[in-house]
Amino acid sequence: MATLKDVLRKIGAVKKTQQITKAMNMVAAAKLRGAQAKMENFRPYAGKFAEVIGSLSAHLNVEASPLLEQREVKNIELLLVTADRGLCGSFNGNLNNVAEKFLRAKGAEGVGTSLVCLGRKGRDYFRRRETNMRASHIDVMGRFDMSNAITIAQDLASRFIGGESDEVYVVSAHFISMAIQRPVTRKLLPISPEELGGPGETAGAAREYLYEPSPEQLISSLLPTHVNVQVYSAMLETSASEHAARMTAMDNASRNCKDLIRSLSLTYNKARQAAITRELMDIVGGAEALKK
Amino acid sequence: MADKLMLEVITPSRAVVREEVEMVVAPGEWGEFGALPNHAAYLTAIKLGELRYKVGNKTEYAIVSGGFAEIVADRATFLVTSAEKSHEVDIARALKAKERAEQRLQAVAAKREAIDVARAQAALQRALWRLKIAERAK
Repeated sequence: MATLKDVLRKIGAVKKTQQITKAMNMVAAAKLRGAQAKMENFRPYAGKFAEVIGSLSAHLNVEASPLLEQREVKNIELLLVTADRGLCGSFNGNLNNVAEKFLRAKGAEGVGTSLVCLGRKGRDYFRRRETNMRASHIDVMGRFDMSNAITIAQDLASRFIGGESDEVYVVSAHFISMAIQRPVTRKLLPISPEELGGPGETAGAAREYLYEPSPEQLISSLLPTHVNVQVYSAMLETSASEHAARMTAMDNASRNCKDLIRSLSLTYNKARQAAITRELMDIVGGAEALKK
Repeated sequence: MADKLMLEVITPSRAVVREEVEMVVAPGEWGEFGALPNHAAYLTAIKLGELRYKVGNKTEYAIVSGGFAEIVADRATFLVTSAEKSHEVDIARALKAKERAEQRLQAVAAKREAIDVARAQAALQRALWRLKIAERAK
């Protein structure tokens, strides 16, 4: 049985841990609001953009832009978006697993793979493994804006156009709700025309636009932006998911601390009472002995 | 029939302008164009330049950089990479950017450095437009 002092010290330690997890929970909540606000601000842009591209997609032909070119797949590139920091449950682990499985499956097909990591946790994971990591960007997840996304997207696109990669994929988190975030794999390049003509198509087809310059030129100049938008929204969603995951993880940790404190207090009180009883027995025993 | 045009200038980070205007003049790919309410459906690329719009008797100015615009009847939606209203332009920053770009271009002219000329020129253009539009706010 632990001594009274040991138990007391342990309770103090757990309480301190609980303070930290509670603070982290609150910080994550504040950051999540920031990330969600960014998502809110970006939504009108992304929505309108998808609509316009959808209405233009009727004018799409494969020669319009090198970003549409379908080639025989010899080399693929994967952009993995993870968080920069840990302590958010299985969030980063899930993303890394998905990416690793994906790379292994592609490798088994005899396709050359390369990896671009966005976020420290992905980089650290794959640095220790046998992967062809071409580039990594760290410390951008916290305070990124569209310009980071553009740099990364243009880098991916220029490699694709240069023929160094024949397909480009993105692994990132999909923000479903506060409680659920799921890793998803999407194809970024080549852009498939079916994908562009999403929900906006019916609305757009009904309208006859005057185009300036020609719709073909217009769409080929918009497609690079489409890639930027895709990368940016992957970053935004991953960032929001990261903070949501951390909130949940820290909430659980705080609750576990509470349980631990309760059971430790019980042990402490039991030990204290046992000690009091023992002392009383001693005193009573001593008094009895004196009487005789 | 509407006699106002709902103008929206949207960048990836925020909506810069969202108000009812009487007229808007914007830098299109093939030169400046104006749009009044009940314009025909129109889709155009936008280049760097000055966006003017009229609210009542006042004319407001803003800088827009590359993107595109969709005009449908009584709505004008501009999707651009960046935009600032004339009074929002950070003049000190624009001046610095101008200086930096000029230095770079000089360095290129003197063949001291091999850098991206197109990028430096684009930066210079942006800075010059910013300054010009900031001037309008006065």
